[in-house]
Amino acid sequence: MNIIYMLLAISVIVALIFFVTFILSVKRGQYDDTYTPSIRMLFDDELVIDKDSNKKKPKNQTN
Amino acid sequence: MDNCFHCGDECKTNKIKHDNKCFCCNGCKTVYDILNDNDLSYYYDLEHTPGNTPFIQEGKFDFLDNEQIVSKLLEFNEQDIQVVSLLIPTIHCSSCIWVLENLNKLNAAVKTSQVNFPKKTVRITFSSKEMTLKDLVILLSRIAYEPYISLEDASKSKPKINRSLIYKLGVAGFAFGNIMFLSFPEYFEVDEFWLDKFKHIFRWLMFAFALPVLLYSSSDYFISAYKGLRSKILNIDVPIAIGISVLFIRSSVEILMDYGSGFFDSMSGLVFFLLLGKFFQQKTYAFLSFERDYKSYFPIAVTRLIKKDSSKLEEQTQIYDVKKGDRLLIRHLELLPVDAVLINGNALIDYSFVTGEAEPITKTSGDQLFAGGRQQAGPIEVEVLKTVEQSYLTQLWSNDIFKKNSRNVFETLTDSISKRFTITLIIIALIATIFWLFIDSYLALNVFTAVLIVACPCAIALAAPFTLGNLLRIFGRHKLYIKDSSVIEQMANINTIVFDKTGTITTSKKNAIVYEGISLTKEEQSLLTSTLRASNHPLSRSLYAILDKNNICTLDDYKEDIGQGITAIINHQKIKVGSFNYVNNKESKQTLKTHNRTAIHISTENTYKGCYAFFNEYRDGVEEVFNKLSNTYKIVILSGDNDGEKAYLEAMLPKNTTILFNQKPEDKLNYIKKEQALGFNVLMIGDGLNDAGALAQSNVGISISENVNIFSPACDGILDASKFKHIPKYLSLSKKGIKIIKYAFIFSLFYNLIGLGFAITGQLKPVVAAILMPLSSISIVIFTTLTTHFIGKKLKIKTNIP
Repeated sequence: MNIIYMLLAISVIVALIFFVTFILSVKRGQYDDTYTPSIRMLFDDELVIDKDSNKKKPKNQTN
Repeated sequence: MDNCFHCGDECKTNKIKHDNKCFCCNGCKTVYDILNDNDLSYYYDLEHTPGNTPFIQEGKFDFLDNEQIVSKLLEFNEQDIQVVSLLIPTIHCSSCIWVLENLNKLNAAVKTSQVNFPKKTVRITFSSKEMTLKDLVILLSRIAYEPYISLEDASKSKPKINRSLIYKLGVAGFAFGNIMFLSFPEYFEVDEFWLDKFKHIFRWLMFAFALPVLLYSSSDYFISAYKGLRSKILNIDVPIAIGISVLFIRSSVEILMDYGSGFFDSMSGLVFFLLLGKFFQQKTYAFLSFERDYKSYFPIAVTRLIKKDSSKLEEQTQIYDVKKGDRLLIRHLELLPVDAVLINGNALIDYSFVTGEAEPITKTSGDQLFAGGRQQAGPIEVEVLKTVEQSYLTQLWSNDIFKKNSRNVFETLTDSISKRFTITLIIIALIATIFWLFIDSYLALNVFTAVLIVACPCAIALAAPFTLGNLLRIFGRHKLYIKDSSVIEQMANINTIVFDKTGTITTSKKNAIVYEGISLTKEEQSLLTSTLRASNHPLSRSLYAILDKNNICTLDDYKEDIGQGITAIINHQKIKVGSFNYVNNKESKQTLKTHNRTAIHISTENTYKGCYAFFNEYRDGVEEVFNKLSNTYKIVILSGDNDGEKAYLEAMLPKNTTILFNQKPEDKLNYIKKEQALGFNVLMIGDGLNDAGALAQSNVGISISENVNIFSPACDGILDASKFKHIPKYLSLSKKGIKIIKYAFIFSLFYNLIGLGFAITGQLKPVVAAILMPLSSISIVIFTTLTTHFIGKKLKIKTNIP
């Protein structure tokens, strides 16, 4: 059962990794603007079509 | 009626057909062409009529030729790469985001651009070899996303964003979760071989997780409790700090002495919930600022005229470099940043931003002009009298009221309750301890600590943040943007309301136009319309807008005397339009009842006909609002205007209303000071910069704004002008909010009593504490959230169905 020590150590390390990444992401301003990315995400697909076909798309797309 | 394909406005007189689409003006069509030619027509697919009407002013951004100014605006500048963040107030929809992030299609020199929608800013990286900042700004203006660059941008020392609360919350949440897992086996108190063997390592791990919670996450509570005690105030943080430290000490002792597993789970959970409440209480409106001073209104640079070999050189100069005696060129629609004397040109100065008065004032050469006015009629040349800091308008900010960072310490409801709560708590703890000393002295210390632990007023401390935080959001949804939650508590204590007049209870435009005099014949009417059509004076334009435009004929002769009026001749018919003295050249003894009013007078063939009088239009429901408020509040109106509308106001408003005219900014500030000295809690509702002092002095200062994205003076809250008639509802809602907090207090005391029951009888087990504490916190959160939304609903129903 001494494996518990190792398991504990691993679990704590995994938890710490997630904790540190959270802190870092906050520090780098990832959560400063939570609104714009949610809209930006919707553009990407359309842009690809735009580049591939290189012509005007049908005008029935509304958001 | 067709709507403009670009901006959605109605296409009125000059409709433009282009590419099978309608446009309301050439500007909109140009933007459409630019976007269409650059494969950006997806802009119109994303949102229906997303555009803004561009408004391009030649030479407006010439100051960006000055390298010093540019370097102040740039965030990063090395080699060929420059980065700049620009505030673009017209950002309003997803199309805006899309087109601004695809700027590189318009100009390849733009490397990347990223929009921050809540803040309405765009951060652009571009190659300085291929384009200058000025090119970039002009490019943006051409597609109707004109950046707003003010003095504030140049003098900014970037305020560091304080994220410590999120870190603290993160640490507490992390520790809370892990400690919960580690203490889980012991909740069931099973005597099992392996559990017994490993429980020590589990406990010490919990101790390790609890340390950062105590030392870092809860540090604010200890600091605040210490500060409170030093100034002899028993604030809510005192019992919280006692609770946390007792929890930690007792748990550590238990682990050390091998008595049990301690209460680390409860402790970290408590801190986590408390911080969550604090976090929830913060609601920031990134696109609004409540701390504005004149800097955010003033331009960053002006055009200075330098005489050199009998020719005048124009030079872009930073505002702070402007000295007394300098000659400045103020272009059409530019803001005058300093007090000055008019030298050359037709000055028509709009002081609406200083005084709230919408009608521009005509000045002639030699007149003194005050800082803050906006020129409305062509370029003028002025000589500087005072530097920016010494100008009349900016001096208002040297008043002490703007230096104080925080207003007078305001005892919140929570603090006043915690005073009694803490004293009662300590008495109970002592009595219980003394009682147990006689029965079982071994348990006495145990009971003492248990009482302090279980009575830790977590739920009480959460009631106010969640109720007020919810109200803050509800208000925000109904377009009353409040700076922070303590303002709502102050709003509930208001008993005097002071209104500004122009721009606050009236709209900022003079819309109501009434004709008085001999009625005009059809011929005269068309004469008048044709004459007004040629004039650029704001009054002429607003009158022209309401007149019938059927028979417009070409003028034979036209003469505009600036500041006086217009003379025009068509088919040998002469018309004069303008001020009374200009129009009426006969020495008629007509009594001037129009003395204090804004009006356009008309005469044809030298006979006085009558005048179009302009009235301030009062906001929707002013009468209703005042009638409702006058039942519970003392109402005062402070107006910077003359008393031209006194009779009308007195007739409209409830009898006990105090109305004062000709109030200067300082007078308003002093009036509020006087009321406060008499013990009144004053709510000031104003709009212009002239109210800035009064807004800062009052207990709660709310500024009214036609467009919340455009700037309003420093205040505690910003109210969208369309919601003026809801003011009584906002006030009653804040009162109800306080009531909810009181109910929540009673509710949480009930939990405390149950907990005390366990504690006094010496039966407080870790598992009981671990269940009771989160349960009480969560139920308080649920209770306050449900009730605030219930009372908030009333606002909603009445808003939707007017």
